[in-house]
Amino acid sequence: MSEIWRGAWVVAYRELLRFVNERSRLVGSLAQPLIFLVIFGAGFGNVIGALAPGVDFIQFMYPGIIAMGVLTTALFAGVSVVWDREFGFLREMLVAPLGRTGIVLGKAIGACVIGLVQVLLMLLITPLVNVSIDIGLVVRLIPVVFVLSIALSGLGILIASFMRSQQGFQLLIQLLIFPLIFLAGVFFPVNQAPDWLQVLSKVNPLTYGVDAIRQIFLGPSAPLGVSVFDHVMTIGEEVALMAGLGAVLLAAAAWAFSRQE
Amino acid sequence: MTASAVIIEVDGLSKRFGKIEAVKGVTFGVQPGEIFGFLGPNGAGKTTTINMLCTLLTPSAGSARVNGFDVVHQRSEVRRSIGLVFQQTTLDEYLSADQNLRFHAYAYAIPAELRERRMTELMEMVDLADRRSGSVRTYSGGMKRRLEIARGLLHHPRVLFLDEPTLGLDPQTRRHIWDYLLRLREQEGLTIFLTTHYMDEAEFSDRIAVIDHGRIVGLGTPDGLKRDVGGDLLTVRTPDAPAAAAEIRERYAAEVSVRDDMVSFSVANGEEFLPDFVKRFGHPMQSIAVRRPTLDDVFLHLTGREIRDAELDPQAQMLQGMARRFHG
Repeated sequence: MSEIWRGAWVVAYRELLRFVNERSRLVGSLAQPLIFLVIFGAGFGNVIGALAPGVDFIQFMYPGIIAMGVLTTALFAGVSVVWDREFGFLREMLVAPLGRTGIVLGKAIGACVIGLVQVLLMLLITPLVNVSIDIGLVVRLIPVVFVLSIALSGLGILIASFMRSQQGFQLLIQLLIFPLIFLAGVFFPVNQAPDWLQVLSKVNPLTYGVDAIRQIFLGPSAPLGVSVFDHVMTIGEEVALMAGLGAVLLAAAAWAFSRQE
Repeated sequence: MTASAVIIEVDGLSKRFGKIEAVKGVTFGVQPGEIFGFLGPNGAGKTTTINMLCTLLTPSAGSARVNGFDVVHQRSEVRRSIGLVFQQTTLDEYLSADQNLRFHAYAYAIPAELRERRMTELMEMVDLADRRSGSVRTYSGGMKRRLEIARGLLHHPRVLFLDEPTLGLDPQTRRHIWDYLLRLREQEGLTIFLTTHYMDEAEFSDRIAVIDHGRIVGLGTPDGLKRDVGGDLLTVRTPDAPAAAAEIRERYAAEVSVRDDMVSFSVANGEEFLPDFVKRFGHPMQSIAVRRPTLDDVFLHLTGREIRDAELDPQAQMLQGMARRFHG
């Protein structure tokens, strides 16, 4: 057991060291969501108008963009597994007295902490998008981001366990990332979409992550929320769903990783 | 050999990948403080055997113990007992040397006060003390290898596995690395398990095992193995090699091998044999040489291949070409 915990913290520590060493990664990971926010916000903001009383398009989109940032960073946990395999460092971890499960946990925790740092930085621009925050909101936001992040990094590592080449992995992630983001209700209220799109969005687990974060910023609101079989999902239900999914994905990732290596 | 006298004990170890049996029941023992050379052509099962010994692969059959611990059932204890330096670098190039070492120290749970002392000591030994905070990306190939050796020793392993530790390095760097390794053995009583394609490196071994097609085909001291090849080696260069080989075979009942225009065979006492041989040789002769067997001959004798066949470095080839032209 101690080997799993040591594995988790040592691997997470190295992920963070690398993140600090490579400042360009921080800039890069913040740039993408910001570009979406600025361009989509400016482009659609005046056309679309208020989506609900007191909620304009940018205010609606902003929480979704935060979830999108978390997604990209979390899937990076998988990228780093493939990298480590290609550049040899994985062997250094595998021959050390560390549990395989610990290595997977460490990758996930590393991605999670990096994701949190990014989210906190994204909060700095709330005045520009007319979103008000207070300390209570930040406190509620952190565990939700944490759960979402763990679930998605589990997915990334699970895929990485089966991929031998960097190119193959990148391709698969690209194929996965766009449908996940576009169907997750980042850019439109799911409940108001056409039926076929609603179905696709509601089977996409990321939808509930986006909605949970949105509820923290905008409060529960039926027209902007997500309802399943006429039941409007509460934040608690959504977080529980993410946590359950995360546990399954992470367990599967740990299993696949131990089996492969 | 009693169990307590060996630090690596391998018994009938096998590994099967689907239909292919890469290692077919190898058995040997390595004594503490020994430099044990593990040689074989590419694809002979060397890396597979090493991977089983360092717990990266599970054997299909047989057993192995390292430092008294079973490689299947006591993986963690085995991992703590060994240090590894692989052919390909396993450093994180985006971290500094110190960060790489510290990661290793944390992973092996080395106490803090011991860690810093050991890091300083090892980095001084491999002459990298002034580059400790530098990013590994800026290191040369030789520096990376030295850093890896230092890292492999950080947790005081009992056995150091070196898989082609100097492959692709220049001769001067190779000599430096061997200076460190030999000094380490003196100072720490370290056991070294070595694979290499360089015969001069294999000469450092106290004992050598040769593996081919997944089986151990020879095991002994370098001198012993050379003796087993037979007396001195006589090599004749002649345009009519096959006919000359037939003649020698018939006249001296010797085991003859032909390679291009070279005919080689061994005789008990080369120098005394030579005058009579030259007198009676019925073919044009371009050159003749007598020499004691080398590890190359041992390798050729046991595996039918030259050790460097697979991996003759360009520099050596160039030198050979120049020598040929120069001597006409």
